[in-house]
Amino acid sequence: MQNRDPAEVPGGYDVAVIGAGVVGCALARAFTLAGAKVVVLEKAVDVLDGASKANSAILHTGFDAPEGSLELACIREGYALYHEVRDRLGLPLVRAGAMVLAWTEEEVAGLPALMEQAMANGVTDIHPVSGAEARALEPELSARVLAGFRVPGEHLVDPWSAAHGYLLQALANGAVLLRQAEVLGGRRSGGEWQLATTAGTVTAGLVINAAGLWGDEVDRRVTGESWFTIKPRKGQFVVYDKTAAALAGHILLPVPTKITKGIVVCRTAFGNLLVGPTAEEQEDREHAAVDRDTLQALMRRGTEILPALAGHEVTAVYAGLRPGTEEKHYRIRADLAPGYICVGGIRSTGLSAALGIAAHVLRLAGRGERPLSDPVWPRMPNISVDGTRDWQCPGHGGILCHCELVTRREVEAALSGPMPAGSLAGLKRRTRVTMGRCQGFYCSAELARLTEGRLTQPMLEPRHD
Amino acid sequence: MTDAEVIVIGSGPAGLGAATELARHGQRVTVLEREAEAGGIPRHCGHYPFGMREFRRLLRGPDYAARLRDAAVAAGVTIRTRTSVTALLPGGQIEVTDDTGPATLSARAVLLATGVRETSRAARLIGGEKPGGVMSTGALQGLVYLNGQRPFRRPVILGSELVAFSALLTCRHAGIRPLAMIEPAARITARSPAAWLARLMGVPVRLETDIAAIHGRTRVEGVTLVTGGRRVEMPTDGVIVSGGFRPDAALLRGSHLEVDPASGGPVIDRWGRLSDPAYFAAGNLLRGVETAGWCWSEGRRTARAILAALAGELPATGGGRLVLSHPALRLAVPQILGPAGGACPHDRLQVRLDVPAKGRLCLVRDGRTIAAARLDGLPERRLSLPLPADPGAGALSLTIEERA
Repeated sequence: MQNRDPAEVPGGYDVAVIGAGVVGCALARAFTLAGAKVVVLEKAVDVLDGASKANSAILHTGFDAPEGSLELACIREGYALYHEVRDRLGLPLVRAGAMVLAWTEEEVAGLPALMEQAMANGVTDIHPVSGAEARALEPELSARVLAGFRVPGEHLVDPWSAAHGYLLQALANGAVLLRQAEVLGGRRSGGEWQLATTAGTVTAGLVINAAGLWGDEVDRRVTGESWFTIKPRKGQFVVYDKTAAALAGHILLPVPTKITKGIVVCRTAFGNLLVGPTAEEQEDREHAAVDRDTLQALMRRGTEILPALAGHEVTAVYAGLRPGTEEKHYRIRADLAPGYICVGGIRSTGLSAALGIAAHVLRLAGRGERPLSDPVWPRMPNISVDGTRDWQCPGHGGILCHCELVTRREVEAALSGPMPAGSLAGLKRRTRVTMGRCQGFYCSAELARLTEGRLTQPMLEPRHD
Repeated sequence: MTDAEVIVIGSGPAGLGAATELARHGQRVTVLEREAEAGGIPRHCGHYPFGMREFRRLLRGPDYAARLRDAAVAAGVTIRTRTSVTALLPGGQIEVTDDTGPATLSARAVLLATGVRETSRAARLIGGEKPGGVMSTGALQGLVYLNGQRPFRRPVILGSELVAFSALLTCRHAGIRPLAMIEPAARITARSPAAWLARLMGVPVRLETDIAAIHGRTRVEGVTLVTGGRRVEMPTDGVIVSGGFRPDAALLRGSHLEVDPASGGPVIDRWGRLSDPAYFAAGNLLRGVETAGWCWSEGRRTARAILAALAGELPATGGGRLVLSHPALRLAVPQILGPAGGACPHDRLQVRLDVPAKGRLCLVRDGRTIAAARLDGLPERRLSLPLPADPGAGALSLTIEERA
């Protein structure tokens, strides 16, 4: 663990980022590369443990984002920046393209307005398709499809490697990550914040709240009040076996409603097929449960879109929480307190927009640090279908997780280095171990041996006997 | 030059049984095993009874697996562990990877013996959260028997197939005291001697009950049980999701070989041959779970069919394709029924049900019953029908004449 006593840092940090979700990771990278001394405070045992642990892993163009919104601007900039940095950071991109599909006459009637919005949003390479053209492009599509339009720029990404890559680059260039460091309170004096955390007191000139599902609570703890309320919105997903991935090349999107983008059917960067998410309001910010009736409804919806899906096995199910608020837009403000920026309400587009949000916040902060002239660019190991996998290279030590072809060398690497996994969930996000068909039937025992004493939150309770 | 006359994929009882038989008949045999040690699932079944059919002795699983390995090595079989097969190609070429990286191997015949796994919690759509402490029997046995670990103290066991009682024995070995066995059906799936074990260990069996949700963020804290629409919360620290065995057919599904949607395993003929006659299959990959002894025997008999194939003595592929014509039928193996011959490993049709059924199991060709047997069966129970030497050409169907 790289946790060190924060008091060791003389003079404190320039910037403290609260929360190591995808937005916090991108902020840490942006400020570090701009020359700031950054600390990231994460309350969990590992990064990406809140809203960022579950998403649909699509890199959005912003074609359907609210016109003229900050969200749209951040998605557009984030999308461009992802393309700019992904080669150097080793981040995957599966160029799938999307089709927005209409299944009722009412939805058909809604298509022109959506296409106009896409054009207005700067996504100009869209083009309409008839039902027959959609089926020519995707032969497994149900014959019930009436019409739609293509959005060639929508792509698939690894839901976690991007955030890991952003934070790793920050760490490689001098940032510090403190885990199990929950922010308890804040006090500003002499132009600096003193943050009381469960890992000690941290001093920083600028505090950025990227606490996701706890954004309003962190506002209150640091500044004494919050200007918004988090309204968690749960999304449930069904992941089908890799045998189903051949059923759809494009990301198949519904015509969105005012409330949600709707249920998507798409491949994943790991070669599975995903159906989801739902959009369910709930109070609870910690617990995201799946339920059988909803999962079955998702499976029915998936089968309506791709009838051949009925013959395929389910590999995994999961649920995530979006940090929505009482309003439908990003809640980013720099005027709540001196040296304090709140980056809240990054509801469902955080993965696509993260780099854009970070660039925006860097401009908001308007600080005069000198950008690093020759920053280090660490490369993320590839675990997606976009590129060579470790098992294809000599010296991998044999395959540990047979379903996902995860090697012993990959697991070893994820347990060491500057940002080792802190929990089995963290190890899964880094390597995909146990995330395949058998869900740990074959490899649990060896994984338990390999990880013993090396995870902050162990796979099994420590031995008592 | 081939890398071996025969490559066997998987080193459980079926794979090692077949490899040993082939080597004893002078064939160059290589067994590929992806785990660190050969022996398959019995390696982590630290309880009795194994080995009666094969060694005429009562053995624990790990000792039985060791004997299978020793017999194979003594017969001259080459076993390569930590070697994963990544693709099956036409004509008996396979792609593998091990620590030295990827390679392509070829053989005159390839036997698939990749076995089974239990249906995961996810595939059963059990609701709730995903805390640690939810696992299959296979994973539990690995932790207990291979690692000497105890993942929980008072878990519940979902399922009542034979393997659920194996889970009970595993728990007893580790000092784990299950709170209850939960079975969605109206009766215990396994035969009665196993059922007494639960009573003996003081573990209540809750029939017509299902787990609706699992609670806990990092560790299991409880489950919600549903019985006839009534929900009950039960505090517990673990869930063993047992049974629901399905063929581990990932390689097959990614290949050119034909898969039977009913069994989830390969389509085979009476010689255990697949749609590409360079490939054979035996063991639990064919149908879901059977005993180790059954798989070993099936492996040995399939080895003799491979010997005949290598000697050019097998008839050409072909024969009637079996159709399942009753909703209670889940699967029947083999799926292609040509005329039988001397070394034919499948002289019986192996059948499994989806729901309990009584009556007569009938093999029908052109409206005429050509083989029949009494049926009084439950899902997951072993059922079979002796096959006629020559079922004849034409469409064959398997059905059940129900008895009131």
